[in-house]
Amino acid sequence: MNLSDDDFTLFGLAPQFALDRTALDAQWRALQAAAHPDRFASEGGAAQRLAMQWAVRINEAYQRLKDPLKRGAYLCELRGAPINAENNTAMPTAFLMQQMAWREALDDARELPAVEALEAEVDAQQQALLGELGRTLDERQDATAAAQQVRALMFVARFRDDILRRLEALDA
Amino acid sequence: MALLQISEPGQTPDPHSRRIAVGIDLGTTHSLVAAVRHGVAECLPDAQGRAILPSAVRYLSDNGRQIGADALAAQAEDPENTLVSVKRFMGRRLADIADAGRLPYQFIDAPGMVAIATRAGTKTPVEVSAEILATLRYRAEDTFNDDLFGVVITVPAYFDDAQRQATKDAAQLAGLNVLRLINEPTAAAVAYGLDNSSEGLYAVYDLGGGTFDISLLRLQRGVFEVVATGGDAALGGDDFDRALADWALAHAGRSAANAHDKRAVLVAARAAKEALTDADSATLACTLVDGALAVPVSRAQFDALTKPLVDRTLSAVRKVLRDAKLRKDEVAGVVMVGGSTRMPAVRAAVGELFGQPPLTNLNPDEVVAVGAAIQANALAGNAKDGELLLLDVIPLSLGLETMGGLVERVIERNTTIPVAKAQDFTTFKDGQTAMAIHVLQGERELVADCRSLARFELRGIPPMAAGAARIRVTFQVDADGLLSVAAKELGSGVEAAVVVKPSYGLADDQIAQMLQDGFASAEVDMAARALRESRVEAERMTLATRAALAADGELLTADEVTAIEALLTDLTRIAAGDDHAAIDTAVERLAEGTEAFAAARMNRGIQAALTGRTLDQI
Repeated sequence: MNLSDDDFTLFGLAPQFALDRTALDAQWRALQAAAHPDRFASEGGAAQRLAMQWAVRINEAYQRLKDPLKRGAYLCELRGAPINAENNTAMPTAFLMQQMAWREALDDARELPAVEALEAEVDAQQQALLGELGRTLDERQDATAAAQQVRALMFVARFRDDILRRLEALDA
Repeated sequence: MALLQISEPGQTPDPHSRRIAVGIDLGTTHSLVAAVRHGVAECLPDAQGRAILPSAVRYLSDNGRQIGADALAAQAEDPENTLVSVKRFMGRRLADIADAGRLPYQFIDAPGMVAIATRAGTKTPVEVSAEILATLRYRAEDTFNDDLFGVVITVPAYFDDAQRQATKDAAQLAGLNVLRLINEPTAAAVAYGLDNSSEGLYAVYDLGGGTFDISLLRLQRGVFEVVATGGDAALGGDDFDRALADWALAHAGRSAANAHDKRAVLVAARAAKEALTDADSATLACTLVDGALAVPVSRAQFDALTKPLVDRTLSAVRKVLRDAKLRKDEVAGVVMVGGSTRMPAVRAAVGELFGQPPLTNLNPDEVVAVGAAIQANALAGNAKDGELLLLDVIPLSLGLETMGGLVERVIERNTTIPVAKAQDFTTFKDGQTAMAIHVLQGERELVADCRSLARFELRGIPPMAAGAARIRVTFQVDADGLLSVAAKELGSGVEAAVVVKPSYGLADDQIAQMLQDGFASAEVDMAARALRESRVEAERMTLATRAALAADGELLTADEVTAIEALLTDLTRIAAGDDHAAIDTAVERLAEGTEAFAAARMNRGIQAALTGRTLDQI
């Protein structure tokens, strides 16, 4: 067991997109129970520092594994197809058209119910895209195609953040 | 601090001697200290049997001070020198205090943090808080007739880095060893969770005197995981008092002319508010400079005029649920914390939002201190292993200023701590040799709307074309929620780092100076204290190392064991002497000499956690 092991090895999980969230959460709690600095509060500074390093590493891996989009991106990277979102902005026309339609819908949505309806639609689309990403990674084993799907999902996720901000503004 | 006996060389210290560790709820309106005694966590009363210490400090003309109930009793007659609710000013600038004009204090717009002019000189909120903490420290020491090993102090979950650091500084000033800062809602959940052995998702609605927190926690087998937290660091019971006071003055066509009047009408408003918890009507009554004021108020009137405040809390609750992507029907229970949750309108509104009556079976004033005491006891090593683990989050996003006054987030809010994250930046001018790093906290896009935590510069970057340098900025947030930031140019290896201290910066030597200058806790002889602390540390390290050798000694070769034994013998010999610096050096040598051993033990612990899990699954 090493601080430099990959996230899946650290959590004792198979390096694939499909993941049992309950098992991941339980594993995270078990690892933190073993490594958290509070467990070493009555020991010396050396143990504290190490515990801090481990706890940070475990949290980093957990944040990445529990988020499907980050997990997908990480798998692409592990399989030699890094995302490089800044240098790969080309997207299919149909996808861009839908993005524009959504943006317009958000601009027009003034009331809470309209924004919530849009959020539900975007959420459903996000789930569908994540399903595809899972199949590309786990069944077709095509990391390059998966990286392109991750980049598309990043657009969707960013748009969803904008919706949430609007919801907050309407609720305040 | 010292509670282990210092044994003579050759004698075995008693490994079972209990370390006294207490939990302190440093509240806006009142503070409490609690400890685990005979297996039960309870608040410690003062000599008069009172658990609650009003968070009030009055500075007297003879350099003396009154703290607690005595100070509170004098606040209307001596408002400028009687400081209450200073928690609201911790780590804040004058511009942050919206109602400064309505408070009876002479604020001083000091850089970094506001200060208040009193007859005893300028006082910072940190110093005032330290007086309260020291009072509770003496109470605990008197109760146990012993020194304290350490404390856990609670802070609102929504406190930012500056407010947390200010709290830690106050504790240092009061001579306390802070084992951990924990969030108030988390402490409350610990008290409730262990009390009711609950499992599942819980919401903690904490409306105190000056702050509002809402936290969602998942409780599972002794692990308290904070899922999300939110709130308003400037909304509390004080605002209800003020709303009622303003209404009453307007209703009667009167005004509060001076500091005395301002305080008197607030005190009367608070009394009326408290009366309305049980009665349908009350009278706000006090004497102002221009005569008596008596305004009857019904509960319905009070509820109507404070509804905007309650609504603000509900909107924060909805926001935190959205953040966590959770629905309100997934919440198994709602825990109410803070004296302000006694207000019937608050309970009704929260019950209606969640569709279930909130839990109120523990005393809302005491529950936070009790939870802190349980955690303090565990951190001091008195509880059984594996009984309790708190996994907390940072409440507000952390980021850096980028071009155009925008904030680039590095760590998102509600990330579990401890956490470290690195982000790469580059230079924007040809030949640029320095980069200014501005650390910010908050959710807004613009630098101007976020809290500035620190600025530092990375210098000595070798000149190169714009965009060619790679500057990696690393944020690290420790288990107390405190931040440190480091920057490094990857090509040349040039580095710079800061431990983020708010710019009001009580530097360590200033604190030492304050400890020497007539501060309430400074009666101890500094040298004797340093020696005692070094010896305790030596004792602690020795015990921990021996325990580690007994548990996992087989991880070491015979030579390695001999080397560690030699370090232990050395330390024992030196600790018997009077040279505290030599003891510190020997402790440091032992720490260094056992670092590899500690790493090996840590790996074994992690392996065991994984293996245990795998066995479970089979």
